[in-house]
Amino acid sequence: MTAPSHAAGAGPPVVIDDLVKRYGEVTAVDHVSAEVRQGELFGFIGPDGAGKTTLFRILTTLLLPDAGSARVLGLDVVQGIWSLRRDIGYMPGRFSLYPDLSVRENLDFFASVFGTTVAREYDQIAPIYSQLEPFNDRRASALSGGMKQKLALCCALVHRPRILFLDEPTTGVDAVSRREFWELLARMRTSGLTIVVSTPYMDEANRCDRVALMQNGRILATDAPAAVAASFDKTLLAVRSSDRYRTLVALRGYPHAHRVYPFGEALHLADDRAGIDAARAASDAAGFLREKGFADARVEPTSPTIEDVFISRMSATEAAA
Amino acid sequence: MTSHAADSAIRTNGLTRVFGTFTAVDHVTFDVRPGEVFGFLGANGAGKTTAIRMLTGLLTPSSGEAWVAGHDVYRESEAIKRDIGYMSQRFSLYDDLTVRENIRLYGGIYDLSRDQIRDRTERILTRLGLSHTAHDAVGALPLGWKQKLAFSVALLHEPRIVFLDEPTSGVDPITRRQFWELIYEAAHAGTTVLVTTHYMDEAEYCDRVSIMVSGRIEALGSPAELKKNAGASSMDEVFVQLVRPELAAAKGPAT
Repeated sequence: MTAPSHAAGAGPPVVIDDLVKRYGEVTAVDHVSAEVRQGELFGFIGPDGAGKTTLFRILTTLLLPDAGSARVLGLDVVQGIWSLRRDIGYMPGRFSLYPDLSVRENLDFFASVFGTTVAREYDQIAPIYSQLEPFNDRRASALSGGMKQKLALCCALVHRPRILFLDEPTTGVDAVSRREFWELLARMRTSGLTIVVSTPYMDEANRCDRVALMQNGRILATDAPAAVAASFDKTLLAVRSSDRYRTLVALRGYPHAHRVYPFGEALHLADDRAGIDAARAASDAAGFLREKGFADARVEPTSPTIEDVFISRMSATEAAA
Repeated sequence: MTSHAADSAIRTNGLTRVFGTFTAVDHVTFDVRPGEVFGFLGANGAGKTTAIRMLTGLLTPSSGEAWVAGHDVYRESEAIKRDIGYMSQRFSLYDDLTVRENIRLYGGIYDLSRDQIRDRTERILTRLGLSHTAHDAVGALPLGWKQKLAFSVALLHEPRIVFLDEPTSGVDPITRRQFWELIYEAAHAGTTVLVTTHYMDEAEYCDRVSIMVSGRIEALGSPAELKKNAGASSMDEVFVQLVRPELAAAKGPAT
């Protein structure tokens, strides 16, 4: 088989076509198709068990698919395995560095595997590595969570990959470190590097150029975050009252409630009436709550988020299953 | 028992834990009220886990005072263990045992009678809709069901206080909310809940929240109060302002 031109500039850097991977009875990746564009920060968003890690392992040539195909940088992930491994950077979800080696030893090791040195690639990793250099001699196991993450990212970048796969880099990390990590990715993206990232945190979707929402091995939606949010097909209301739990239980009995759930400091109520005016829907719900004795309840229309869309699509597919 | 038992589920006064030269928990003073859902937040490494280990009787403080369910953490750690439930994201249930076997095992550990175990098993299976999988190994259940079951098992001996350490990590948005409804139910039934989370929207679900920074509690109040004091529109912003003020000043809101 003739491999396509290595420098294939044409075509998207990731093309996934009807990909399937099963483990016994479980279909981890269930007919997934998607494309990632050149220079894009693309996010696969979904909870544990959605199939994100399996998908990333196939794209990084670590796992063979059962059916369908995937091309990365123009090369088939099965046929082009050895060329691809030089050109992709991969940061697995579990901490995968050598805990007994120091910061510098880990970096030297990963550079040497790719036949290069830290000195030669310094400019590539400097923006991140400069924060780690003061701790060069510290064992990787003794680093904080955020520092481990940065070292792992350096190790994935040290051979100048043309595309970067980051599998759940922010899972279990506190809200501040997560924010810093995304700002780092946004800066790296400006150099033209294509970055594919997965996360279970719905609020991180807004940091991506485009996202695919995943659940049970399937893609529920693929688009720019704002477009995904705008695809919510019900009238969405925010309800606030002093007794949140009892209000939630009461709203479950509201005749027009498609779905009610806690959302940040409010409750979200999706009204099931097609094409109803949002202000009218709000005043109807407020009237219902007043009748039920919730004198201080306030209801107003609100804008749907990615998480509202995820909840809505997820229930739709579960109902269909 | 001390007089502190009457009005607080948890009370600490200058609670401190030192490891060598490192002060993990630094003179922490706070109260958790009975029946309250209390969010215990902080950055990684801020000292939350060390504090929780002291409050659950697993680690002796270096100095300061603390009472949990009215028991002194220095002298009555065994009494504390009987009066609390604990659930972490990592360990809670035995994957190789069935749903029923897990419940029975924990019922035995907490010295419940055969009748109590039988009644509470049925109650849990019915509430969670797990009756049809009661004889399946827990390892075969989806993560979300496992977490809900682990929570119910943590409440099996009807503890006065339950500690939840990142109970919803990695769980899908619908199951996460079902989990929080279980928390509300338990709180309405009078159980005190202390919960840690990295989901800032879940901080909004708590009655009151504390935020730890470098071993100290830097903020404590209802989400509404904390947002008002910080001039912030979300708990995410409050958190960033406290934990990394320079980042908050430079960047504004997250999204």
